Amino acid sequence: MKKYLILLVLVSLLVGCGRPSTSPSTDVKGEIILTTTTSTENSGLLDAILGDFTEKTGIEVKVVAVGSGKALQMGMDGEADVLLVHAKASEEAFVADGHGLERFDVMYNDFIIIGPDSDPAKLKDIEADVLKGFEAIINSSSKFISRGDDSGTHKQELSLWKKLNVEAQGDFYISAGRGMGDVIMMADELEAYTLTDRATYLSMVDKVESVILLEGDSLLFNQYGVIAVNPNKNDKINSEGANLFVEWILSDSTQELIREFGVDTFGQSLFIPNAK
Amino acid sequence: MIMVTILEGFIEAFYLLASFNKEIYSIIGLSIFVSLSATIISSVIGILLGTLIGLTDFRFKKTIVKFVYSFMALPPVVVGLFVMLIISRRGPLGGYQLMFTPFAMIAAQTILITPIITGIIYNQTKEYGNEIREVSLVLGGNKIDQMILVVSELKRTIAIAITTGFGRGISEVGAVMIVGGNIKGHTRVMTTFIAMNNSMGNYSESIAMGMVLIGIAILTNTIILRISGDVNENSVKSSK
Repeated sequence: MKKYLILLVLVSLLVGCGRPSTSPSTDVKGEIILTTTTSTENSGLLDAILGDFTEKTGIEVKVVAVGSGKALQMGMDGEADVLLVHAKASEEAFVADGHGLERFDVMYNDFIIIGPDSDPAKLKDIEADVLKGFEAIINSSSKFISRGDDSGTHKQELSLWKKLNVEAQGDFYISAGRGMGDVIMMADELEAYTLTDRATYLSMVDKVESVILLEGDSLLFNQYGVIAVNPNKNDKINSEGANLFVEWILSDSTQELIREFGVDTFGQSLFIPNAK
Repeated sequence: MIMVTILEGFIEAFYLLASFNKEIYSIIGLSIFVSLSATIISSVIGILLGTLIGLTDFRFKKTIVKFVYSFMALPPVVVGLFVMLIISRRGPLGGYQLMFTPFAMIAAQTILITPIITGIIYNQTKEYGNEIREVSLVLGGNKIDQMILVVSELKRTIAIAITTGFGRGISEVGAVMIVGGNIKGHTRVMTTFIAMNNSMGNYSESIAMGMVLIGIAILTNTIILRISGDVNENSVKSSK
């Protein structure tokens, strides 16, 4: 009898280990890999809401926070089950090329320009016009730090320079090749301007002296989408878990959780949910 | 699938290096410049400290030696953090604007490498210290003469210490990322370039730079092995 008990324990341990296979006979308990942007991770949004998903489904979410570029690449390589990113054109191409199943709007936040309170480029005097703001930074030859890491924020910044018809290079332009949190710390240290998403900045606002100097331009609108990776990539992809995650993040109750996030700390929502 | 990626990476890596891309070569150059500078500074300090501690008896010697040995295993990230706290705008040296400069990177790597070079040289000095002291006393030399004698006797050990230090410096990413910041054309070195490209999903660039880095590591190690090939004969008796 004892022997059988030990055997039973051993077998259950063995079964419990390792990644659940995605054959339909197993229930979906297990884990999914979510690749997302450094902004959602740095702002603390995921820490705040993912517990709810695990409670409801029993699925653990492993978060890999990278730039949107790398997140999409990991999806193409079949190393992730689901993506939560903000680079709409690239996301649509990702689905069109058959790497993902379908793209859904989840939420948006906006970009802001932060910089030193001394404001050498006088951005405070410019009303909600980001292109004028960029021009002012160049003309006053103030330092501007770029993410330079192929992230959604970096792509957004590049598209703004493009609209200005300006080649952003020279001594004023610092290309950091790092995540949002690192770049905000760098801007604070060097008393430079940078473009950041509001959520990451507000989550660090008590650590830095940089202030918001320009906001509210519709060009700074930042839409997040969720995509389940196409399960035909390899047999490791937890497609059921990914689809549950997509359903969950688009559901009314999760959308409400997103709306509430940040209100008690910052007095405003960091992300505005807009799933259809 | 993954093998194809790696193979493609290697092929692209070859093209990247053969194209003599200016940015790539300036990154390699800066890496070597930073680590070599740090190694030179550390070597001067390490040779002086290592031989001095090895040849002298003083109070707290055991404690000092313990510290040196412990610091040989300092994590680069912690060194980076420490240097950052000192030179950042809110730190005691905040007025000098040293953050995110090659100077800061050299400073951090110097702190990282010095205990390694000191430790290795002390270890050997201790072995031969008494013999050398006796020889030196017979010849009527003072402490400085003893140190010079040790250095000339322990040429191989010193060479090994220096190459070990350089290898450690050029391959670390923690400290240079924190105090250098990976700024394009300014503080971007091989290791931060690899970390960045990996986070961007550009595997071929990562692999290319990784190959160069491994090449430099192999070269450094070859030098170490070449030097230490007959290190066992390295004693006062064998020297003519």
